Parts: sequence; structure tokens; C-alpha cells
Amino acid sequence: MAQTKNEISVKNAVTKGDVWTKLSMILMGAGLFGHKQKVKGALVLLIEIAYIVFMIGTGFHNLAQLPGLGETEQGKVWNEAKGIYEYTAGDNSLLILLFAIVTIFVTAGIILLWILQMKKSYKDQVAIEKGEHVPTFKEDLVSLINGNLHITLMTLPCLGILVFNIVPLVYMICMAFTTYSKEGSHLTLFDWNGLTQFGRVLNMNGSMGRQFWRVLAWTIVWAIFATLLNYVLGMILALIINRKETKGKGFWRFCFILSIAVPQFVSLLIMRTMLQPQGAINVLLQNAGLISGPLPFWTDATWARITIIVINLWVGIPYTLLQITGILQNIPNELYEAAKMDGAGNVTIFFKITLPYMLFVTTPYLIASFVGNINNFNVIYLLSGGGPTNVGDTAGQTDLLVTWLYKLTVDQQYYNIGAVIGILTFVVLTIVTLITYRNTGSYKNEEAFM
Amino acid sequence: MTTVKVQGKRNRRSGRKIAANVLVHAFLAVLSAIWVLPIFWIVLTSFRKEPGSYVSSFFPKGYTLNNYIKLFTDKNILNFPKMFTNTLIIAIFTCLISTFFVMSVGYSLSRMRFKFRKPYMNMAMILGLFPGFMAMIAQYYLLKAMGLTEGGLIRLALIIAYTASTGLGFQIVKGYFDTIPRSIDEAAVIDGATQWQVFTQITLPLAKPILIYTLLTSFMAPWVDFIFAKVICRATASQYTVAIGLWNMLQKEYVTQWYTCFAAGAVVVSIPISILFLFTQKYYVDGMSGAVKG
Repeated sequence: MAQTKNEISVKNAVTKGDVWTKLSMILMGAGLFGHKQKVKGALVLLIEIAYIVFMIGTGFHNLAQLPGLGETEQGKVWNEAKGIYEYTAGDNSLLILLFAIVTIFVTAGIILLWILQMKKSYKDQVAIEKGEHVPTFKEDLVSLINGNLHITLMTLPCLGILVFNIVPLVYMICMAFTTYSKEGSHLTLFDWNGLTQFGRVLNMNGSMGRQFWRVLAWTIVWAIFATLLNYVLGMILALIINRKETKGKGFWRFCFILSIAVPQFVSLLIMRTMLQPQGAINVLLQNAGLISGPLPFWTDATWARITIIVINLWVGIPYTLLQITGILQNIPNELYEAAKMDGAGNVTIFFKITLPYMLFVTTPYLIASFVGNINNFNVIYLLSGGGPTNVGDTAGQTDLLVTWLYKLTVDQQYYNIGAVIGILTFVVLTIVTLITYRNTGSYKNEEAFM
Repeated sequence: MTTVKVQGKRNRRSGRKIAANVLVHAFLAVLSAIWVLPIFWIVLTSFRKEPGSYVSSFFPKGYTLNNYIKLFTDKNILNFPKMFTNTLIIAIFTCLISTFFVMSVGYSLSRMRFKFRKPYMNMAMILGLFPGFMAMIAQYYLLKAMGLTEGGLIRLALIIAYTASTGLGFQIVKGYFDTIPRSIDEAAVIDGATQWQVFTQITLPLAKPILIYTLLTSFMAPWVDFIFAKVICRATASQYTVAIGLWNMLQKEYVTQWYTCFAAGAVVVSIPISILFLFTQKYYVDGMSGAVKG
């Protein structure tokens, strides 16, 4: 009971705190200041003052504009004296939304700081009452390179992630619920729009919906083929090279691994030009008299899809080879010897020992490469550019959700639809990873590795 | 009688073995040809005398070094030397900052125990599931709001874009740190070392392979990334990186004049990367299998 009585919580701090602790509900840092931590308290108070100044300066204004996202359009006024049109500044919904989100994040940060300083203040109070030592500012600084090293090391990376990953992500997610799009020229001024865009994308009868379901189906087919074929063929290749009788193992591996060393965008662009109607491959085949006209590598949907999967094998197999060779050499030799002793043939050994071992070790890698393939922008964009595209569609026949997202936002400026696609991609990936992770041995044993 | 029979069987078996071996080696030879051919072809093209992207024969009719000379001297249309220095500057800073980030996060998660540890790892997993693009376009607006998308500041913007979220890619490094026995740290702590000293003077030197691997992969990132650079640079040609330059050489308006130069540029970028990669291949494999172990 004694423990819960003096438990360090905000509730206890508010009810059982002394004057200093209670004062710090309003004047942040007062509790620290009153409990022998003057420098720290002053710093916290300074942050609170900065926050208040910020809120009065722009913060409240930013938040107030959030529901309407700005109303004033840019105006044009004829200036008689100068003989020119003068533009009056209008509202920019994009910036309003951005500043409002930043304000919300700053406020959340302050609330977090408030909770922390309340707890710390109460903790110090209890410590003083018990006659325990309260760390001085100097000791706190020293602990930053010792017991609290993780704070020193992780602050900057976390700040980077927060500002340049989480904030932009929230910003994009918000866009999915607005009219921010080239359609109806809502590029500077837009409004909240609820779930309308989600309805459009998911509705199978509309043009957007028809494209979405087609692209989703191809994305999943692509990811399955790309992942499994790369894995299976890469494993077969690794096994062949790893055979005891194969000569020049290092040389063969070098030949395949050379292709990893060439930057991916370079090799993909080379492939694209080689497979053009007048590219090297078609020229070679025509000169040899094998075909009469150029093969439609990029102009026919089915051809383009198969070509992309095949080229992805060229890109992906060396990675699988690298990965699996390492694991193959890790399989304990005793397992093989025991199996041979029992009279098992090569095929039995493969299916009973090599494959299960491999699957167990590489399942996380398989899932990661499945996710990577769903988001595989480079291969599609640099090879086919998503084409061929039907007239009137924004998505081509080989577009994945990500490349379509890129086209919708960067090329077409349908930002809201793009954001919807991004969210739906996330949903698809979450479902896939959750189902697969939960069914793997490595998920259940995850703690064992920690 | 029986010995003859056994010998015959043995002969037949070794005969089959030889046939299988020949088959396997022939198969490997064909496959490696497929893998090496495109690379070989681009090297040939970079020395080709006749311009243009479409040719009627596999081997060039004449050889020249002019493509390389043009690439590094013609600064009027596509300023490759400028792109090269841009990329080099960005790559050096990106390499240093992101290695520091990745090592720091990896070490903290592997060695320190704190409340935020598990939530952080879960958060990294969830953020990894969002398509990279979603954040990228908003990042552009954020950088624009900060005024970093004009002129020379674009370099800073690109460095920020390449490094800011590298703290999420800690898995391989953490996996490697996990395999270093903790008893070494504990011994050092008993001798009076601080955690910082353990990190910089014991763990980092022991993790040299993964350190080199991280330095290299992060150095290469700006050379091979083309999408981020394109979104952030937009039309500011003076700040283009090598990847955008090479991409532009293949656009309709340039391709006939610049195709062979593209090949030369591709070779120039690939050579250092290939050399680095081949030298550090071992670390790469070690790093990846370390990650699998957890």
C-alpha cells in the first residue's frame, strides 16, 4: 500500500504535491526550481514562455483556420496609377493545414513536457521528504553520456523522424479528406471533404474505382510472382553453385553479383532501351532472322507484365543468391551426415533438411521482400513507366499502387486521390504482414532473440 | 564376376556424374552470360563512335573516347561535372550523418533498456509500411515552407531528405550489435568506463564490418536515388544530381545526342560503386545474415 501511496503519477502529483509541485501545474518548472533543480526548472519555464509567445503570435490563428482551411481567394485589383493589375494575397489552404499540424504537434510536445515535469517534480518532492539525494544539474548532464546515453544518441534521429517522416505522413493523410486536387481547380484553396474520395476510389462502377481495383489486383499478382520466383529460382541457383562437384564457385558467384554492384537505375534504364522496338534485342533477333517484326515488349500489356517480372528476376536473383549462400553454409553438416547414414537420397535431404531450415530462417526476409515488392517503385517506373496506358486512364496496365500514387500526385496533381491510394496501400500491407507474421515461427520466438 | 558387375555399375554412375557436371556448368555459363551481357553491352556503348540510341549491330563499328571527354567537358546543356560535384558533396554529408544516426539508434536499442524502446521498434515497423512517396511529397512542402527549395539550399534539403529518417533503418545494425557478447561491456563498466566510452571504444571497433557496410551503403544512396532528387530539385538544373542527369540524357530531346554519353556516365558512376561493393561483399553478407538472426 505504501508503494501506491507514493506512486509517481500525475494524479498523485496534483493531489499530494506540495506548493512547488502544485505551482508547476501553471508555471512549468516551478516544482523543479523549488526542489533543488534551479537550472532545469528555469529551462523548462523558458520553454513554456516560448510556447505561449508562439501560440499568441501565430499558434491560435493557425488552429482557428483549421476547420475552414482559409476562405479568401487571391484577388486582382486594377491599379490606375501604375497601369497594372495588383494581386492581393489570398489564403493558401496548403500552408494553413501545414502550420495547423505543426501547431498541434508542438502543443502535444508541451503537454508531454508538462506531464514529465509534474512527475519529476513530485518524485523530487518525495525524495526530499525521505531525505534521499536529488540529482544536481551537473549529475544530470554527466548521466547523458552514461546511464542516459540513449537520450543523447536518439534525440536527433527521433527529431528527424518526427519532423520529416511523421509530420509529412499526417499531413498527407489529412489531404485524403480534402478537395485538394486539380479537379475543380482546388490547388490553392480547398475544403474538408470527408470520405468522398475514399468512396470514389473504392466504388467499382466509377472510373477511379475501376482503375483502383485493376491496379490493386496487378500489384498483388506482381508481388507474389516477384517474391516467390526470385526466392525459388535464387535458391535453386545457390544450390547448384554450392554443389560439391561444381568448379569455380567464386567465379560464378562473381558473375551474378556483378549486377548488384551496378546501380539499379542504370541497369534498369539499359534494359529499357535494349528492349525498345529498335533496341539491341529486337535488332539482334531480326538480324538473325528469328522474328519478322519487333516484339512488343513495352507496347502490349501482357508482354509488358511478363517482361517486367522476368527483368525483376535479373535484378533480384543475385540478392537471393547472396543471402541464401550465407545461410546454406550455416546449415550444420552433422544434419546431412546423419541423413546420409540413414540412406536418404539428395531429393529427400533437400525436402526434409535444406528447405525447412531455409524457410525457418528466411521467412522474415520473404515478408520483407513481399512488402518491398508491393512498394517497388524503381522497377516499374524505370522500365515501363506504368504503360501501356488506356486512353482516359491515369493508371497504366503495369502501374503498381505506388507508381500510380506518384503519377496522381506529381504528374496529375490529384493530391487527395493520391493520398487515399497511399492510405489504402498501407492498409493492404498491414493486413498482409500481420497475417503472415503471426503464422511464422519467428514471430512466436521473437522474444528469444531480444 | 561380381567385381566386374560392381565396376560396371561404378563406371555408369561416374559417367552419369560427368554428364550432370557438364550440364550444370553449361547451364551456369549460359545464365552468367545473360547476367553479364547487359553490363558488357553498356561498356561497349560507352566507347561507341556512332551516336544515337538505335543501332543495327551488337558490336560498335568504331571505338572512341570522345563520349567520356564530352561528358566531362560539355557544360552547356547537361552540366555533368557540376552534377558530379553536387552528388559528391551530398553523398559525403549524407554518409556521415546517417551512419551516426543508424549506429546511435542501433546501439541504444541493442544495449540500453528504456521505456521508449519497444514503442520505438513498433513505430519503425509501422512507418515502414507506408509507401515512401506519401511522406516524400509532403516533405517537399515542408522543406519549401522552410525556404530550402531554392538555389544552393537544395543541397541542404537533399541531405536532410536522405538522412532524416535513417533512424528507422536500424535493424541490420542492431542485429549485429546483438551478436557482440555483453560480457565485454560489463567488464569495461566494472573497470569504470562510461556507456559512451563503451560505445565508441569497444562496441564500434568490434562492429567494424557493419560500420563499413553502413558507411558505404549510405554513401551510395545519393548516387543511385533518382526520385527524391527529382521531386526536390524540380526544374533547378544547377542542383541536379548525377542520377537525374543520366535520366535526362535518355529523354526524347537529348537521347540522340547523348545516348553514348549516358553509357559513359553510367560506367563512371558504376565503377567506384562496383569496386566498393566487391571489396565489402563479405560485410554485406554478414550484415544481412546478422539481421536474420534477429
